[in-house]
Amino acid sequence: MIANYGYKDGSGEYYISIDTDKCIGCTAERACLTACPKQMFEIITDDYDDEVAWVKKPNCRTLAYDCADCKPSGGYASLPCITACTPGAIKHSW
Amino acid sequence: MITAGIDMGSRSVKVVLLEELKVDGAPQLKYGVKKTHIMMPGDLDQDQAADKAFDDALAAAGLKRTDVKAIFATGAGRKQVAFASEGITEMTAGAKGAVYMYPQARTVVDVGAEEGRGMKTDGEGRAIDFAGNEKCAAGAGSFAEAMSRALQMTLKEFGEASLLSDKSIPMNAQCTVFAESEVVSLIHSATPKNDIAKAVLDAVASRVCAMVRRVGIEGEVVLIGGMVHNAGFVQSLKNAMGVDTISLPDMPEYISALGCALIAAERQH
Repeated sequence: MIANYGYKDGSGEYYISIDTDKCIGCTAERACLTACPKQMFEIITDDYDDEVAWVKKPNCRTLAYDCADCKPSGGYASLPCITACTPGAIKHSW
Repeated sequence: MITAGIDMGSRSVKVVLLEELKVDGAPQLKYGVKKTHIMMPGDLDQDQAADKAFDDALAAAGLKRTDVKAIFATGAGRKQVAFASEGITEMTAGAKGAVYMYPQARTVVDVGAEEGRGMKTDGEGRAIDFAGNEKCAAGAGSFAEAMSRALQMTLKEFGEASLLSDKSIPMNAQCTVFAESEVVSLIHSATPKNDIAKAVLDAVASRVCAMVRRVGIEGEVVLIGGMVHNAGFVQSLKNAMGVDTISLPDMPEYISALGCALIAAERQH
């Protein structure tokens, strides 16, 4: 399942997509949890009883601001969450 | 075996009671018990609202609480339903209920009072992809309601009025507050109400469509949630999505509660 967390507003479309099929068998030891400086990810048991990462609810409404520090303008060459997620489950829409 | 699905929405509570009859091993909807309880200003305590709606539904079906084997809750306020044994997301519940009603459905659009979401589902009603809008109310029913108030029309009149317009007036504001200013400007420029109504519903449909396009439009499209009752919105959504038909359930606001009750029944095996 591709779970899209985020929103679209007047300034753009801000979604973090998590491919839960890749996330279930995480081979990166859940590195996303510690890689995100804002600690936006957490592990939940979803409706299909799979343990997967999701974006915490309050962050889903403020992604544009929360992720801004990790974008190229913040000095990062690549996003820490995407780099840490070696199975390639995490994507940003912007 | 009787199970219950409670959809604790942001504006109303919907309850569906389901009795499993052993026909092909699939749960069958025996009780046409659907009871809604609108949360009025004096009744804003969500715990009490869920209790009352559930008791009303049980009374209508002639059942007691002990007759119900499992109670699952969904919706924005699902955690407030203290007597529910499990909570499931709106996406999972909506997809399950929609595919139960329309087995060919693969794209489910859910537009309620405060939120809209799009889901892609498989033949079992399992959500494959989903996207919602966690922040903005401009792609949901409350936006249409606010705009209908600005035009001094009921929501029903508002929807019907939009069907009488063939104009396409773009609404540029993405925010409910700014959009209301835009509507006021249109009123002052003597734009006919029908055209304003269509502009507003086109704008809501366009925002909902953007979410649905994130997951992709495939197979039969089913629209669930209270906005199904707005004929103008349905037409605007068809236009925005570029589809000829959208399946509309008879009781669209109860589909997520139905999905919830179905999942509760499945998990008892």
